Amino acid sequence: MSGFVALIRRDLTLAARVGGDVLTVVLFFALIGIVLPFAIGPDRPLLTRLAPAIIMTAILLALLLAIDRLFRADHEDGTLAAMRFGHLPLEAVVFAKMIAQWLTTALPLLLATPLMGFMLNLPPALLGRTLIVLLLGTPALISFGAIGAAVTVTLRRGGLLAPILVLPLCLPTLIFAVGALDDTAPGSADAAFWFLAGIALLATAFTPFIAAYTLRLGSE
Amino acid sequence: MTSETKSPGFFSRLAHPGQFLVWSRYLVWPLAGLTVILFAIGLYLALVASPADYQMGETVRIMYMHVPNAWLSMMCYGVMAVAAFGTLVWRHPLADVAAKSAAPLGAIFTAIALLTGIVWGIPTWGTGWVWDGRLTSMLLHFLIYLGIIAMWFTFEDQHRAGRIIAVFTLIGVVNLVVIHYSVEWWSTLHQPASVFTAEGPKMPLELLTPLFVNLFAFSFLFATLQVVSMRTEIMRRRVAAMQRQAAMNRGAAPSPEPAR
Repeated sequence: MSGFVALIRRDLTLAARVGGDVLTVVLFFALIGIVLPFAIGPDRPLLTRLAPAIIMTAILLALLLAIDRLFRADHEDGTLAAMRFGHLPLEAVVFAKMIAQWLTTALPLLLATPLMGFMLNLPPALLGRTLIVLLLGTPALISFGAIGAAVTVTLRRGGLLAPILVLPLCLPTLIFAVGALDDTAPGSADAAFWFLAGIALLATAFTPFIAAYTLRLGSE
Repeated sequence: MTSETKSPGFFSRLAHPGQFLVWSRYLVWPLAGLTVILFAIGLYLALVASPADYQMGETVRIMYMHVPNAWLSMMCYGVMAVAAFGTLVWRHPLADVAAKSAAPLGAIFTAIALLTGIVWGIPTWGTGWVWDGRLTSMLLHFLIYLGIIAMWFTFEDQHRAGRIIAVFTLIGVVNLVVIHYSVEWWSTLHQPASVFTAEGPKMPLELLTPLFVNLFAFSFLFATLQVVSMRTEIMRRRVAAMQRQAAMNRGAAPSPEPAR
């Protein structure tokens, strides 16, 4: 277990030392939230209606932007190969890296969401629910992203391939997350919420095994 | 030595790439001929000999294109999933080739199903596209196909590509289930299944016969194209291997050209 914690701590330290990556992701998220109202126009009721969808889309895009670096640096300098033959199973390595990725990309986005909701005229009553939905949805998005990152890690020219592969997998999560924030239909919103929870649990449970298996196949 | 090695079984010999090239040569023309005959009958039945629908009128004939293509887009993915299983479990070289050949075919069948759906939807539903469960999941299916094709193009090492794409293909199987049940889970606009139901087909025989003839026609078209495309792929890999061998014999560095 200590190796697992040490690995998370290592990734967090790396992110803190280089720092720029976390800021880039949050800035990207904020910029989508600034650009879209310009494109839509300053129609506040319309923004209120669109706010959950805009936040979810911005989160999805920001997470996909960052996902490529999940395994790439470690693959290129050979750390991943060392971890493959290390004491800790590769599945645990992947899970530790997913947790670190969540802490360094999804958590800052969650902290930026109240500000984003304020700018997009999100009803304050909906903010708490938005954060809970994000808390459920982001692990699922990180999981699908981890599969995409594991599939494309050996490709030198595959930078844009991972988001393209992952986006179709992420769409159900997006649909149910936005559906869970639909305050006009409480019954179907609750159903969407439980669907979202199911997807998040299944995705986080299976991803370490799928991604580790893919990483092994890729390095044969 | 020879007493210890087990002689390969009947199917392993059939599935050896070299053997496949030998016996599949005799399969291409009969399959192509059968496809042409089935299409001739199917198109005659669909366009001339079948009645117009009492509600939809003549536009019902689009069904004979739409439904077979939609079924085949799922069947193609099924073939790819079985091939992916073969790649991962038995590491069979022919399974890679089958999966790679089926992907563009499946993408085209899906595209035709979507396009004919749009053409059919405009006169009957009054709209070409809605974000209905079946339509959305079919679009996702199409995007997954395109992602898989993009992966085949991006990997340089086609053997490694085969295994990694196999994993991704098996993940995408979840969407097949979603497509199948989408009309029951979200019953918005697309009609539910009306041919393969527990109570039997809910469609009159004069519409069902041309539909099935066309389904067989498209299935044989798929079989023909799949065999031709697998043969092409095997030969392409042999050419790439020979080029590498020739480059090595000349003493040059092996060509970095990807072996597609």
